[in-house]
Amino acid sequence: MDSRTYIGRVRGLGSAKHGGEHWLKQRLTAIGNILLTTWLVVSLLLMPNFDQATLAQWLAQPTVAVPMILMIVNIFSHARLGLQVLIEDYVHDEGLKFGAMALLNFYVVASAVFGIFVVAKLAFTGASA
Amino acid sequence: MAKNPNRPLSPHLQVYRWSPQMAISIFHRATGFILATVGMVTLLWWLSAIGGGAESYATFQKYVVSAGESATGFEMAINWFFRLLGLAVTFSFFQHLASGIRHLVLDIGAGYELKTNRTWASAAFIAAFFATAFVVLFVASRFLGV
Repeated sequence: MDSRTYIGRVRGLGSAKHGGEHWLKQRLTAIGNILLTTWLVVSLLLMPNFDQATLAQWLAQPTVAVPMILMIVNIFSHARLGLQVLIEDYVHDEGLKFGAMALLNFYVVASAVFGIFVVAKLAFTGASA
Repeated sequence: MAKNPNRPLSPHLQVYRWSPQMAISIFHRATGFILATVGMVTLLWWLSAIGGGAESYATFQKYVVSAGESATGFEMAINWFFRLLGLAVTFSFFQHLASGIRHLVLDIGAGYELKTNRTWASAAFIAAFFATAFVVLFVASRFLGV
């Protein structure tokens, strides 16, 4: 017989309350991606021409730079969650899995920061030829 | 050994009978992988080419859109390689979008009836195909003068 109290016996054995986090984040970023990529596709279809100067001026506007940065963050978050599942499903060696997961994080964070910097530079310093 | 077609099949990719419902699941994962690798790198290349100025944008266009009139055979081949990648990314985008919306519908508990499920799985493929065809026509008419 266990002489501990009932609460002592069950404490720490239940759900950590984080089980749904990955699932929910993937859905939320998916909804964000639907909105943001639709915005990008419609903007591109309505673009008068695709010269670098036109695109740079377009991208430098606050109303374009902000959704573009949001889209970069959202896409890369969603991709991180998705590729994480691929690694968990197909990489079974614990060491390789750790390495792949670290590489994945480097890839998405570095790429997102690069993309944000490109857009921010255009928005803050103006479109130069 | 004669194969009895009535025997149940063990669930693995090579022996599954393909149906829209199972194909869309695999395609969702495969297209997600393409978008997360080729798609995202292309997006960053496009953005940094815009930020980099007229010259760097011309390089992007030379590879991805058109190698130009005076291109050598090798340059044309590279151009076609990137065009095919672009086509793959475009189809992946619409396929992942369509099957992703289908996933969101399934998540609220709707569309599990066999016939409904099959219909919407096929519809997602058809939608992705036509959206891709539309983009191909758009690009051809706006950039390549077709």
